[in-house]
Amino acid sequence: MCSSQPLLVTFREAIMTAYTDPPKESFQLSQLIHDTRYRSYTFQFIALVLLLAGVGYLLSNLFENLRNAGLSISYGFLGQPAGYDINQTLIDYTNQDTHMRASVVGVLNTLLVAFLGCITATILGVFAGVGRLSKNWLVAKLMSVYVEAFRNVPVLIWILIISTIVTIMPSPRAFKGETPDAEMLFGMVAFTNRGVYIPKPVWNEGSAVVVAVFVLSVIGMFAYRAYAKKLLFNTGKLLPMGWPSLVILFVPAVLAFFVMGRPIGIDIPKLGGFNFTGGIDLQRPLIALWLALSIYTGAFIAENVRAGIQAISRGQTEAAASLGLRPGRIMSLVILPQALRVIIPPVISQYLNLTKNSSLAIAVGYMDLTGTLGGITLNQTGRAIECVLLLMLFYLIISLSISAIMNAYNNRVKLKER
Amino acid sequence: MSDTHSQLAFVRTEMLAQKEPPAKDKGAVKWVRTNLFSSWSNTILTLVAFYVIVKLIVSAGPWFANGLWDTNSLSECRAILDGARGACFSVLSERWQQLLFGIAYPSDQYWRPTLAFVIMLVAAAPVLFVKLPRILLVVTGLFPFVAYWLLWGGTFLTPLVSLIGVIAGYYAFKNVERFGFVLGLGAGVIVAAIVWKIGGALTASMDDVLALRAVASRDMGGYMLNMMLGVVCISLSLPIGIMLALGRQSHMPIIKGISVVFIEFIRGVPLITLLFVASVVLAYFFPPETNMDLILRVIIMITMFSSAYIAEVIRGGLAALPKGQYEAADSLGLDYAQAMRLIILPQALKISIPGIVNVAVGLFKDTTLVSVISMFDLVGMIRGPILASTEWNGVYWELYGFAALLFFVTCYSISQYSQWLERQLRTDHR
Repeated sequence: MCSSQPLLVTFREAIMTAYTDPPKESFQLSQLIHDTRYRSYTFQFIALVLLLAGVGYLLSNLFENLRNAGLSISYGFLGQPAGYDINQTLIDYTNQDTHMRASVVGVLNTLLVAFLGCITATILGVFAGVGRLSKNWLVAKLMSVYVEAFRNVPVLIWILIISTIVTIMPSPRAFKGETPDAEMLFGMVAFTNRGVYIPKPVWNEGSAVVVAVFVLSVIGMFAYRAYAKKLLFNTGKLLPMGWPSLVILFVPAVLAFFVMGRPIGIDIPKLGGFNFTGGIDLQRPLIALWLALSIYTGAFIAENVRAGIQAISRGQTEAAASLGLRPGRIMSLVILPQALRVIIPPVISQYLNLTKNSSLAIAVGYMDLTGTLGGITLNQTGRAIECVLLLMLFYLIISLSISAIMNAYNNRVKLKER
Repeated sequence: MSDTHSQLAFVRTEMLAQKEPPAKDKGAVKWVRTNLFSSWSNTILTLVAFYVIVKLIVSAGPWFANGLWDTNSLSECRAILDGARGACFSVLSERWQQLLFGIAYPSDQYWRPTLAFVIMLVAAAPVLFVKLPRILLVVTGLFPFVAYWLLWGGTFLTPLVSLIGVIAGYYAFKNVERFGFVLGLGAGVIVAAIVWKIGGALTASMDDVLALRAVASRDMGGYMLNMMLGVVCISLSLPIGIMLALGRQSHMPIIKGISVVFIEFIRGVPLITLLFVASVVLAYFFPPETNMDLILRVIIMITMFSSAYIAEVIRGGLAALPKGQYEAADSLGLDYAQAMRLIILPQALKISIPGIVNVAVGLFKDTTLVSVISMFDLVGMIRGPILASTEWNGVYWELYGFAALLFFVTCYSISQYSQWLERQLRTDHR
């Protein structure tokens, strides 16, 4: 024992000296390759040099090619008159307007079809996803067939098929005469092979009041529901939710509508000459693209919905049932809040896919941004690089903003773990 | 005790035979009751679904049954059908070669793509099914060279030289690898390049040794083009995707930045804009004298596209590995390349296989978009030459149905394989 003590002391001293007197750090060039601390700088430097060299090489080729062809990069063409017509526009546009305005029409058309498509795709997807889990064998099988058929065939083929289906609808001429071959749905909506004609609301004087009243009632409804919920949590008193919401929502608006002397009318499409006039004309390309995108994306959303519902273990349903909740409440209070957490992120990325797939509009002649800026404008002006760059920039902005929304949502619903 | 029995009037001593369940609780009746008519809402659903199915059969049945297979034009079909509903499948029987191989592929050479397709199945088999004999992997290794020779034709020496170059490069890599992975890779590339250069110079004058008739890229078309684009782009994008995924996981900010920007940019734009780049922009970025054909430019863009998606799938696999695996590899003293190749990637790739297959199916479907930049793939063939011809102008359903069927069969079987594989790889016992 005694003899080991001095040994230990010397040992400790040795260690101490080692600590107090570190080996001299001298940087040598070889450390850039052999020392892992510095090697990463070497790699990054090499990567950066290679990247810059590659980009520089490509750009020098680009400039040489442009010089040879007598071209230059310029966006001046956006101010020149476009000179082509666009069949479906949300804002006023004539062929005398600039390429810029044509592109804006294209952007709005892209957003329009994406917006409509997302809504219908969600509805379809939820129905199909729940239907695939149905206890009804026939419904479950039918939904499986739908989902598999649409997931395994390219969207372009579906767009073309559905565009063909739209063309076999009756022509406007079929609505003519004493005993027409085709009838308008409810006397208001006409499905023709040129497109669908739906009634258009007409805003007369005083309609702003009705709209304002309606907006106020929407706010009022949410306020009432928040109040009822607070009352329930604080005192346990349960106020009715369903019919009071409906009353608050509709009664004031309807009253205002009649008090103001029915300011909002509808303009029903009428057959004049060889085509319908009046109403809103949803042209065939829009209908075809909208239907195709929503049915196609609906199949993918159905799978997400199914996966989300299946991800909730059966024990949750059983536990809720044993607490005495009714089936409707089990769904709305226990299953859905948990399932939505799983369902929503992939569904949002399906919305993104739908928006990107809407660029296939070019195959059916719908003038979205790819059809205007990336199609006719590109071909007319020959400004390929500028047009494609702008096109990419637009889609990039859309995608990045949707990703930002998704990340914000994910952070919000993330399970707060300790 | 013993006379309890004798005091009772009757005691049954043998078991009764089991009774049949009630008629409504067995067999088909029970199945129908529980699966179709269990409640009134279910009954309504069943009736609606039944109505839909009957409607479909009633409208499509006669159309199929009356289908004509051996006429020469749509007008002939219409004349024979005489107003009755019926399909004009003769467009398929007359034009099937064009649908499969494109309009310009020499018709006496159709055996070449067909043979390449069969070899592809054999080559894919050992990759897809682990239980097959490993010797088949030789076919997989040889496939790209043989397929190139079969599809494009020309002398066999070209793919042979490239094969020898690859083998030489591999041996160089193996021998130098012990001095460091990067050095090995560099040595492999240099040796391969030297072999290609020398081989190219040697075989330059021997154009007709074992030569098949050469077919230009622009003559490829039909479903064959979809297959080629799908297979080539997916195979090329796998290594690129792995590198991008590793780059995105890297701690080096510049490498990580490059990977992130590339992946997010590609994933943020639709494939069709990238195809526009391939058709109208990409040529500006090459030296003035080069004349790359469209198919090569499209392959470059689609490969970039799919590698970004594959990178994200593999990144998911890398992130799913427990951190202990990385630490264990470090504590064994493996360097980065060894740790990745021996420990991390085998596990991460295994997890990501289903995702990769999904990307592959999606990409294969997206190859139809090349028809928008006027390449004649299956959809391009239908929309272009066939529907524009005077004989078949107006035959939509038969053609689109055929295209949909081809894609459905291919994609559905791949996705079924992926689900099967997922079950095989599921090592937790549930």
